[in-house]
Amino acid sequence: MPASLVQGDSILAVNIGGATTRAVLFDVVEGEYRLLASASAPSTAEAPFLDVSQGVRNALQELQLVTGRTLLNADRQLISPSQPDGTGVDVFVCTLSAGPALKTAVVGLLEDVSLESALRLAEMTYARVVDTAGLNNHRRADEQIDTLLRVQPDVVIISGGMDGGASRSVHKMLEPVGLASYLLPQEKRPAVLFTGNQKLDDEVKGLLGNVTSSLHFSPNVRPSLETEDLEPAARELAQIYLGVRQHQLKGLDVIANWANGTVLPTAYAESRMVRFLSQTYAGSKGLLSVDIGASAAVIAAGFGQRSTLGVYPQFGLGESLAGILQYTTLEDILRWSSLDISTGVLRDYIYQKALYPSSIPATKEDQAIVQAVARQALHLAMQTAKRNFPRSARPPRPGLLPSFEPILAGGGALGDAPTAGQSLLLLLDAIQPTGLTTLILDKNDLLPLLGAAAARNSIMPVQVLESGAFQSLGTVVSVVASASYGSLVARARLTYDDGHEAQAEIKYGSLELLPLANSQSAKLTLQPARGADVGFGQGRSGAMRVSGGTMGVVIDGRGRPLILPDDPVRRRELIKKWLWTVGG
Amino acid sequence: MLAPVHHILPLTTILRERVLPINGKVNAHLNQKVNPADVVAEASLAREHSLLDVAGALNLSADAADKLIRCKVGDRVSAGAVIAARPGLLSKTVKTPRDGRVVAAGGGEVLIEVGESRLELRAGIPGSVVEVISDRGVVIQTAGALVQGVWGNGRVDTGILTNLAEQPDAVLTAGRLDVSLRGSVILAGQCKDADTLQAAAELPVRGLILASLFPSLLPLAREMRYPIVLTDGFGSIPMNSASFRLLTTNVKREATLNAEMPDRYGAGQPEIIIPLPVSSELAPPQAVVAFAAGLTVRLRRPPATGMIGTILTVHPGLTTLPSGLRAPAADVKLENGEQVLVPLINLEVVG
Repeated sequence: MPASLVQGDSILAVNIGGATTRAVLFDVVEGEYRLLASASAPSTAEAPFLDVSQGVRNALQELQLVTGRTLLNADRQLISPSQPDGTGVDVFVCTLSAGPALKTAVVGLLEDVSLESALRLAEMTYARVVDTAGLNNHRRADEQIDTLLRVQPDVVIISGGMDGGASRSVHKMLEPVGLASYLLPQEKRPAVLFTGNQKLDDEVKGLLGNVTSSLHFSPNVRPSLETEDLEPAARELAQIYLGVRQHQLKGLDVIANWANGTVLPTAYAESRMVRFLSQTYAGSKGLLSVDIGASAAVIAAGFGQRSTLGVYPQFGLGESLAGILQYTTLEDILRWSSLDISTGVLRDYIYQKALYPSSIPATKEDQAIVQAVARQALHLAMQTAKRNFPRSARPPRPGLLPSFEPILAGGGALGDAPTAGQSLLLLLDAIQPTGLTTLILDKNDLLPLLGAAAARNSIMPVQVLESGAFQSLGTVVSVVASASYGSLVARARLTYDDGHEAQAEIKYGSLELLPLANSQSAKLTLQPARGADVGFGQGRSGAMRVSGGTMGVVIDGRGRPLILPDDPVRRRELIKKWLWTVGG
Repeated sequence: MLAPVHHILPLTTILRERVLPINGKVNAHLNQKVNPADVVAEASLAREHSLLDVAGALNLSADAADKLIRCKVGDRVSAGAVIAARPGLLSKTVKTPRDGRVVAAGGGEVLIEVGESRLELRAGIPGSVVEVISDRGVVIQTAGALVQGVWGNGRVDTGILTNLAEQPDAVLTAGRLDVSLRGSVILAGQCKDADTLQAAAELPVRGLILASLFPSLLPLAREMRYPIVLTDGFGSIPMNSASFRLLTTNVKREATLNAEMPDRYGAGQPEIIIPLPVSSELAPPQAVVAFAAGLTVRLRRPPATGMIGTILTVHPGLTTLPSGLRAPAADVKLENGEQVLVPLINLEVVG
């Protein structure tokens, strides 16, 4: 039996985000771990505070008020382990996403082999690729040196060479990295991750060992042409991320000390949990987690034994927000708005928000803009992440999302939306799920926190997950159909346990809600119109037991992909109607 | 909850650290009086590098080539200088392509830095050097009026402050910029077109203090060789009344614009400093205070972006905002008498 089961350690988990620091307390209640309370405070990584530990202490102070339990002593230090008088906690863990995206240089041999894998690896953390170099790249070595000196990367990822393969080309790749690092001042030298031909590890140590801030090795991400294994390298990259952050963010060393070293990048911790859930619970469908906050949009998916993770700082809603205009237009963002807002107002909003990443919308117009931007950012992140899904995860039609069960959603834009209906609609619009799925809202950043806690206590995450700590928005049926607005695409009948029934005719372009409370389940019978797919295959009817949630059973008859009317007046009216349907 | 302080102060002590990004030579000494344009430290930077493959050129192994390399790290070499030669009947030489300095040699290669450039670190503010940071820079202290900005284009300059903004929301146009303004630091409201920025460059002016700028002008603003400091942000935001009042009362005085880009994770921030004499040393301003009723605040976001007000009440716990969000909030009375509910996170204390 694990020691943790016997001891029943209390666990305090903290997530330091770009805008908000959230603290969550878990403890044993009636023999099982439960979420006791959560509290938050603004993050303090940025000026004028410049000390992440202040935000953590402020969040813990709020948590003390909520729980009545003393967690900090008079010097505002964490009391750990817990004391006989009930103060303190036994275990403290932390996840972190605050801070600027890591400037990352990626070096590989072949563009569509090792370089591609190394770029995918860089996408697994809060990184911004500032330079790429490969054999096909025709820059001279001295040009590469000058580029590296100019961009001064925090991290260099080097991949290339199949295990046991030739070493000469890899050696050629290492040279500019080594020379550039040597020329940089000591405190600006990058951390280097070598994730290529394992036989070259000693040679790499000889060439780069003395000129990097830290040198890391992981098994080859591309041991052969056909095989890619990013997971061990992602684990190493998570360590590098924290090493760099400890130099960048004051106060993190204090928190790492409290956590006994258990500080993980938020996205990495989240993906660990997704992988665990996917392996443990998932059936034939994959499991999806989406998170959009100030630091990044994060998409983690699990497909049985396979998992993917995409971290997109370029789609974060904080300091990098202005960068979103490199990927989309103001018009494309505004198509999601229920209010008539000009492109000029939106542009000003984006730049002003980037000045004050932690600020929040106080007015209805500001809120409409925030939600429009969040929709487009999450939509772009989803489209980008989709490219890495395995071929086995087949969508009902090309270009659509494969069916997932469940879909978990977190981050400030989703978790802090004024109503559950707004969170639901934002999710449906941005990720456009297909078939039948359960939407679960993670309002307390539990997924990454449980992922971090799992390293210290393997029982707690399972018990908390099964305790109903997450908010189920309900079961969603997304009808895949192409039809004209107002034409019938499906019929739905919900048969409750007491024999009552609720029915709906789903017209193309509409959303229908059938009530089904959180703890209830019922039988849902679906009959699609000809050519439509409600999750059982094109034109196929079916029935299944479904669970309820805050929004009940939601049938999205707006089609996939969701195509909004070109006429702005009609479009805004439709969006308002959908908002009204989900409760405003 | 703690509030960031936005500095708009008629008279304060200002301490600023000025350091090189790399090691170099510090020119200033302790207690030295410096002007904003004085170079307090400098370093040399190589613009580019040239990697010479000696082994390849001489068709030798790396070890064999190393034995023939005639230069060592630190040597200055001229263009065309022979740095390695293979003797014999089929003799061959390797020459440097440009003037430079050897920074690495070994493994059959020589790396030379070429096109050296000087990196000059200017004082940025007038004052006295109160600390010398070995090989890196100095800490300078001065006294005067301080107005913090929210964005800068990375330049520094000093000039006589001239006011072209009758109102905080005045729009600066190219037609207002005549030759009499050459060498001035111009206080204006908003800038909405590229012609105005270009006209200011042609005079040239010593700096522009703007309330706000259209985001589409950002690339051009970054290119301008004179400093531009925004006091309030992007779009059409009028200048906050506190900054406007303070700056207009200091017209015809010398003003230094340090249009540093704001550094979120460091101390750098754009600011306007107007040196003033003091009879006794004042305490430097606080960076953070606790939110409380009676404090003067500036709003960072709608409903009244940039406006100054006074906190009437800080609500306990969470309050539902007009947007529907729930957050710690305060009632703020604006200068125009209007009362608004504002989330604390959207406020900064003026002081």
